[in-house]
Amino acid sequence: MITAERKPLDEILELVGDKKKVLVAGCDTCVAICLTGGEKEAEILASELRIKAEQDGTGAEVEHTAAIRQCEWEYLDMIADKVGEADIVVSMACGIGIQSMAEKFSPQLVVPAVNTNMLGMPQEHALWLERCGACGECVIGETAGICPVVRCSKSLMNGPCGGSHDGLCEVTTPEKEDIDCAWHLIWERLKEQGREEMMYINRPPKNWSKSSSGGPRKMVREEAKPV
Amino acid sequence: MTATEYKAGSNLEKILSEGKFAVTGECGPPKSTDVTVIEEKAKILNGYVDAVNITDNQTAVVRVCSMASAYTAQQNGLESIMQMTCRDRNRLAMQADIMGASTLGIKNVLCLTGDHMSFGNHPEAKGVHDLDAINLIKMYKDMRDEKKFQCGEEMPIGPGLFIGCAENPFADPFEFRALRLKKKIEAGADFIQTQCIFNVPKFKKWMEEVRALGLHKEIKILAGITPLKGVGGARYMQKFVPGIDVPQDIVDRMAACEKGAPSQAEGKKIAVEMIKEFTEIEGVAGVHIMAIEWEIAVPDIVEAAGLMPRPAVA
Amino acid sequence: MADADVKTPVAEGDEASGEATDEAPKKPVDPNFEPEIIVFACHYCAYAAADLAGSMRLQYPSNIRMIKLPCTGKLEVIHLLRAIEAGADGVYAAGCLEGECHYLKGNLWARKRVNHVKDLLTEVGIEPERVEMYNMSSAEGAKFAAAATEFTERIKALGPNPVKRPGVDAHVAARDALGDAAMPDDPASSAASEEGHAE
Repeated sequence: MITAERKPLDEILELVGDKKKVLVAGCDTCVAICLTGGEKEAEILASELRIKAEQDGTGAEVEHTAAIRQCEWEYLDMIADKVGEADIVVSMACGIGIQSMAEKFSPQLVVPAVNTNMLGMPQEHALWLERCGACGECVIGETAGICPVVRCSKSLMNGPCGGSHDGLCEVTTPEKEDIDCAWHLIWERLKEQGREEMMYINRPPKNWSKSSSGGPRKMVREEAKPV
Repeated sequence: MTATEYKAGSNLEKILSEGKFAVTGECGPPKSTDVTVIEEKAKILNGYVDAVNITDNQTAVVRVCSMASAYTAQQNGLESIMQMTCRDRNRLAMQADIMGASTLGIKNVLCLTGDHMSFGNHPEAKGVHDLDAINLIKMYKDMRDEKKFQCGEEMPIGPGLFIGCAENPFADPFEFRALRLKKKIEAGADFIQTQCIFNVPKFKKWMEEVRALGLHKEIKILAGITPLKGVGGARYMQKFVPGIDVPQDIVDRMAACEKGAPSQAEGKKIAVEMIKEFTEIEGVAGVHIMAIEWEIAVPDIVEAAGLMPRPAVA
Repeated sequence: MADADVKTPVAEGDEASGEATDEAPKKPVDPNFEPEIIVFACHYCAYAAADLAGSMRLQYPSNIRMIKLPCTGKLEVIHLLRAIEAGADGVYAAGCLEGECHYLKGNLWARKRVNHVKDLLTEVGIEPERVEMYNMSSAEGAKFAAAATEFTERIKALGPNPVKRPGVDAHVAARDALGDAAMPDDPASSAASEEGHAE
């Protein structure tokens, strides 16, 4: 799923500025599942903002709401009234939802309360790990179901590099001391599957034009377009 | 081999192809545009090595680029091995740069993945990694042999290159390391330099696996060493540098010496012992001495190891 | 009756999938080959047209087996695909004239889906001409017969479905895939029986 983390409060306060009627908008899909921006969390942020407003004497009034999914026009219709009443909307959705809100309710101010960070999976409760690079040309059928684009720090197509040690990546920043070396994992699983020979193939350079490097992408389903 | 059969006709290539034990050094460019730094280092190493690596933003720290420094070194009489890392350049830049290097008379190139940005002084930079080292080796090989750009377009004159790469016999997964070397050979590498060795028995084991696959006949292997200046360096590498295996007995030897000249002498002694062992290992075609910021140690080491004078080739 | 709407297989295929479909079939044509063809016909127009063709004693091939739907809009991509997968040599949807669908746009959706199935079949190496969409009004018995005849000839020329195998009844498979969407045959209808239209 798409995961996001709430921005530090002072960043949010700076974005809100001196606006008086603030609406915190949650989204009940991805960001709710990763416990960052669902209705529950929107209510919490609204409460925090009210506490802060009280202390700072700003006179700001903060309400909250949530859409089932902020990235669908029809669901945004359902919160349009509340959005209309606000001076600024603080959206807790992922970047897609925030942009949809900004577009639908333009020129209403819509600002992000979260930093969308990855396509991640809940490895265990309350722990999300980046899994997919959305590169547009998936190769994990050749790499034992492990993505070399985003799980390898250098996106190697022919890993591992010389920095792999004890099954870990050479990147050891404080937040990321225990990154598994993706190519080590690939090798181990290929062995388990009896497919070591996949490691010996010299994979060609990746076609990055299919990723966002090639420009913003779009997808069209001709057969589903309304008649 | 006649001149036309050489891939690049570099000094290093000729020495290796004649089966002579090669010696390469390493030179880190300065963190300033003070070109005299490179000139000084070239003077120290000249005559004691067959070619010198010129590092490129090593450990992701910005320095004068390898190509310019390599050119300077060659202008000062020392053949260079330019380095190209995948971290900093995309395939366009890597092709353009190698063509540029070739026009400047640079003939040897080392193809590397590159240490991650988080190690260096610009951790917020975007790592390029358009290609990996194996893609890069193949791309340069095709430019040289097929006279084709990576996109398939032809070029009338291609660069003459002697293509090198690095390999770490001590990184994990250990059992895959010899096979990874095989991939690099298939991609087109002509020579490899290993990461610095302190654990000679483990290196010998790796060489066994390499020989079992016949790889030593397909590529020239230069064993890497880093002479130790003091016990601090030994301990640091043992604890903090992944992929470097420093056995405790070496740390102890260094610890037993007084700081300064005695330590340095011991460090050089250890280096010389290792080089002598390397010359006895079947399949090791030379030694790569990485005396970063201690280039003045290299002449003593090369002399004491009995590797002087360096062969002159046509 | 207007023949204009009954297009040749080549032209229909061109419009639908944008591909050249005038290649000769690669396999030699077996003159004894009797294709199995499944027709998904809408209750309001096509099935009625079939009925009319029967009462008019118009000849059309007995190769076709009908399944009645309330509207061709009920047809999903999977229904067409399952019929082919089960070995039907040809499959077509027969619906109301465009603009006259009893459910307004059902036949337009059907045509879209038929076109998509042509793409899918091309992907798996089966001739996209094996699926088709025809439009007719309930008064156009002759058009129904012409479509059936033309399509049967087309399939005869193509030869049997490459994935046909014994023991699998495509008609049954198609009905199963449709589930409740398939309407029971009207036993009084001549479309349901083989008499009256067998060649």
